[in-house]
Amino acid sequence: MAYTFQWRPVLHSLPEMLWGALVTLEIAALAMAIGTVFAILLALAKRSGGKTLSALADIWIETARNTPALFQIYLIYFGLGSFGLRVDSYSALLLGITFNNAGYLAETFRGGFSAVPETQTRAARSLGLGQIRTMWHIVLPQMLRAVFHAMTNQMVWSILMTSLGVVVGLTSDLTGVTQQLNVVTYRTFEYFFVAACLYYLISKIFTISARLLASRLFRY
Amino acid sequence: MFFGASLSWNDILFMLSGAVTTIAITLASVAIGTSLGVLFGLARAGSPWWISWPIGGILDIFRSIPLLIQLVLFNSFNSMFRLHWPTYLVACLCLGIYAAAFCTEIVRSGVTAVPTTTRRAARSLGLTWFQEVVSITLPMATRIVFPSWIGLALGVMKDTALVLWIGIVELLRSSQIVTTRVQEPLLVLSIAGLIYFLMSFPIARLGAQLEKRWRIQ
Repeated sequence: MAYTFQWRPVLHSLPEMLWGALVTLEIAALAMAIGTVFAILLALAKRSGGKTLSALADIWIETARNTPALFQIYLIYFGLGSFGLRVDSYSALLLGITFNNAGYLAETFRGGFSAVPETQTRAARSLGLGQIRTMWHIVLPQMLRAVFHAMTNQMVWSILMTSLGVVVGLTSDLTGVTQQLNVVTYRTFEYFFVAACLYYLISKIFTISARLLASRLFRY
Repeated sequence: MFFGASLSWNDILFMLSGAVTTIAITLASVAIGTSLGVLFGLARAGSPWWISWPIGGILDIFRSIPLLIQLVLFNSFNSMFRLHWPTYLVACLCLGIYAAAFCTEIVRSGVTAVPTTTRRAARSLGLTWFQEVVSITLPMATRIVFPSWIGLALGVMKDTALVLWIGIVELLRSSQIVTTRVQEPLLVLSIAGLIYFLMSFPIARLGAQLEKRWRIQ
């Protein structure tokens, strides 16, 4: 092999990459939080909304699930320009992942809602709780427990999807920072290898802490 | 040089040829992924923990790192080891191994879902291990995991969009090239999205239907 590894510049810029990892986590967590809210609304629209609402939810869900995530980010980054909206790469990535998360989670939540027995709703209603309070205090907690595992998987996907930001020119997340350093130094393998290790660590740490959290939250 | 060029039939044809590239890479990667996946899946399902765990651990790495980074790393091997492999081969291998990481778990869940008693019965009727796997376990497991395998194949199809980063002109990249000429990103991207949708949605529906039908029996 006629290749000499140069690890020193990578070690030197490790702090920069760690900051990038923080931005990655920030985007993934935001996209997950907003996506969850939209996913619940989408699932409810499909369950109990009218024909129009249900059809709109269908369009959202099927587009999110049947086209590449990168395509969705492109559509927001380049496509919204046609409406005179100038979206920077950070928002395009965040909106794209949020859209994708919401579509996938909506299907998960639909399954989760049907796992909560209908009798629970009726019992809560006959105890005098309103529709919204029934949803908030009775149905949602049980539904979220049923889909917790699927949600942690989606969060890992969310973290991995943030790497797509570099394709629309994002330079602040982990992949973006790595690509910037790569362009300057041409140490492609070394930088991306360290980035790969960081991504692996992030997803493992997240998975393990989610498992610990689940064992505390769902003791009963 | 003229401005305001509108979308022509040639642009559509160009995008369709991009779609053909997408399909070709998908087929090759799914083929690699499935054959490796069956191999590793059988190994994981039927071997002691000191073989099963390392395979699982190594394949888990491929599922925990963004595909984009894997593509860049694979592509850098090409120049590091002076392999001179065509980019298509790099893309198919990388996606294939990525698919294998998911397929292994699918195959494993299918094989462990076949009752041990059934497998033992086959063996005691005189079938060898290989005969039993080919004519008892795999057919039964296929029935169980076929819907998730379809999901995997569609996932790989969507992930092929990432190979544009290492310089392959597939559907998404071809739509981007058309956009630079036509200057109507929303229209061109919508057409690309429609092509993706038409490639994915019917197969996804078929998978969901098969899942429903096979669950009843």
